[in-house]
Parts: sequence; C-alpha cells; structure tokens
Amino acid sequence: MDFIHIVESGGGALLEYLSAHVLTCLIPAFFIAGAIAVFVSQASLLKYFGAKASKVLAYSVASVSGAILAVCSCTILPLFAGIHKRGAGLGPAIAFLYSGPAINILAIIYSARLLGLDLGLARAVGAVIFSVIIGLIMALIWRKEELQKTKNPGEIALPQEEDRVRPQGVTLLYFIILVGILIFGAAQKWVITAILLVVLGLILYQGFKKEELRYWMYHTWDLFKKIFPILLAGVFVAGILKALLPHQVVEAWLGGNGLRATFIASVFGAFMYFSTLTEVPIIRALMDLGMGKGPALTLLLAGPALSLPNMIVIAGIMGIKKTGVYVCLVVVMSTIVGMIFGNLII
Amino acid sequence: MKIEVLGPGCPNCDKLERDVFNALAELDIPAEVVKVKDLNKISSYGVLMTPGLVINGKVYSSGKIPVMETLKKWIEEESKK
Repeated sequence: MDFIHIVESGGGALLEYLSAHVLTCLIPAFFIAGAIAVFVSQASLLKYFGAKASKVLAYSVASVSGAILAVCSCTILPLFAGIHKRGAGLGPAIAFLYSGPAINILAIIYSARLLGLDLGLARAVGAVIFSVIIGLIMALIWRKEELQKTKNPGEIALPQEEDRVRPQGVTLLYFIILVGILIFGAAQKWVITAILLVVLGLILYQGFKKEELRYWMYHTWDLFKKIFPILLAGVFVAGILKALLPHQVVEAWLGGNGLRATFIASVFGAFMYFSTLTEVPIIRALMDLGMGKGPALTLLLAGPALSLPNMIVIAGIMGIKKTGVYVCLVVVMSTIVGMIFGNLII
Repeated sequence: MKIEVLGPGCPNCDKLERDVFNALAELDIPAEVVKVKDLNKISSYGVLMTPGLVINGKVYSSGKIPVMETLKKWIEEESKK
C-alpha cells in the first residue's frame, strides 16, 4: 500500500464526516457546553464535594457532575486532586475521575451520533454506575486512611455565588430549548428547529443581559477552538488507521464479543492516550474494520478515563500503589461492562 | 505582595496570568507573580476549579477568569493592607 493511498483514506474520512453532518451536529452541542460553563452555578455543585457533605450525595454528584464540570479534560485532574485531598475523599474523587470524560455533553452526543444510540447510552450509563462501584471499592481498601482524613477535614474554596439575574425557570427553559434545537436539528426537522430558534431569540432578548450573551459566545468559541481542530485530526488519523490496519488483524484480536477481545480492548484503552473526543472516530474506524460492540464499549470506557500520561499525574497525586489498584479496577470493570453489553444486552 | 496563579497549564490559566501582569502594569504596583502548576499544591489551597487566583495567601477566585476591573480592585485593596 503506498503513501498516497493512506493519506487519501484520511482525507476521505474527513470529507465524509463533514458532508454527512456528523461533525456539524456537534455545533449546537458546543453552544450548550458554552451555556453550561456560563449559566450553571458551579458553587452549588462543588459544595457536595466538601469533606462534611453526606457520602451518598458525594458519590451520586461525583458520578454525574462530569456532565457539567468536565467539558474540557484539563479541568478533571485539578478537581480530582481537590476532592481527594481536601474534600469528600478518595471514593468520590475516583468516581469523578472515571465518569467525567464519558458523560460530558459533547462526548455523549458525538458517541450516540457516530456509534449508534445504543453505544452512546451504554457509555453514559455504564460510566456512571461503574464509577460509583470503583470509587466504593477504592474507599473500602483504604478505609483506615480515609477515616484519619475525616478527623481533620480541609476546607474547599467555593467560587463566588453570583447574584441571580432572572428566575430559575427561565434559565431552565433556555436549556430545554437549546437541547430541543440540538435534537430536532439532528433529526432534520427544520420547521420545528426554526420555531425553537425564534423562541430562543425571544427568551434571550427578554431575560438575558447583553454581557452574559457575550460571555456565552466567548466560552462557546473558546471550546470550539480548543476541541474542533483536535477532533479533525482525530478523524484524519482514524481514516489513516483504516487504510493501514488489515481487516483480518482487527477481526482476529477484537472481533466478536468474547472475553479475550474485550480484555484486549480494555488493556489497550487503559494505556492509549486519546485526546478529547478523538476516541469516538477511532473506535468507529475499528468497528468498521470488524471490532465487536462489546469491545467497543470497553474501549470507550477504559480509553478516555486512563492513559499512560494521566496515570503518571494521578500517581503524583495519590501514590503509585493506589494508582496501580485503580488501573486494575478500570481494566477489570470495563471488561465486565463490555461483556455484559456484548452478550446480554445486544 | 505575592500573587499566585493556580493552573496546570490550560489556556484560561495563561490568560489569567497575562491579565494579572497587565493589571499590575496599569496600576503600577510591584508584586511577585508565581505560576503554580503542581496539582498537590493547587489542591492544598482548596481550589477545585482552575484557574485559581491567590493574593497574599488568600484565595480570591477559582474556576473562572475575573473581569479586569474586579482583578484591579482586589490587587489595589491588597496593596493597601
């Protein structure tokens, strides 16, 4: 296979994605992510991570709050360090670390769009449930150390609560309409989308200050600038991968929903580094080459949650022993979820 | 005066650092500006969301870039203490 052909495959993938609205469907999602950054009060969520917060609440909030707090992967590690050292402790910190990359709004929408609704949903649900289980196991193993910590808890610095400028109902309606635009836009129901856009315009005109809208645009553009180029590169690499990897190799190692294929996907995912969202096109390419759906889910779960570089950072925060146990737990749990999904659900 | 900008190296943290330098220049106040990248040290301040801003050991903001005017106000207040 010659070089020209390989580059062609990468470029072809890029063109295909752009023309099939796979990537453009992400544009409303960027606006939603920007809106979350500006209009959702982070202080109200962060207080559940405090050392004095109830454990049940801490675990539940930690396992789902990635949807709001972790739009960019660079925010996950500081939060993890903070929750672990000063806040609710090891268990909730681990739960947040595992589920964060899987349930941010961009990841869910992009996975569902490109890999199918079943895989997209399974990724979000699987990440939430298993993050709590892994967190609980970690907290159980180191329960003595955790007990010591709760005797002299630290304080966490909450961001300043802003003055509320409009009734909460209006903000909620604004988010519902944004999600509506995303869904009906993706379904290409243009009339409903247009109506929703007009309603959105009215709400923005009536209930929002000009400065807030500027902030919203700033954050949306900021995210777009950060993520979109990386994503294009990821799609390109996935296209190249498709040309380079022989069908038979992928099918032999990752085909079907067997234990071996799922486990290989899990170990590969744990060490491989995926930049924000690029795991999705790469997994799509591997699926096109013959990877089963169970291993695909496993790769989705283990992949973004862990990588060699982030293992090193995590080890710096909580030590090599805990990191080792965490890596093993992620590999085992992701394999189990993939096996359940591949053999019982589909 | 000692100003610490907490952030592991995200674009917003760099922007806050630049803002701090600009504010200091405009106010003509001398200060030592330190960038804190170590996550253990960041969390020891109790800051969960970066960028964080610490002036003379006190956490002033976390999770966002403060507006220029607010930033200048904080620096002025601390310099008078």
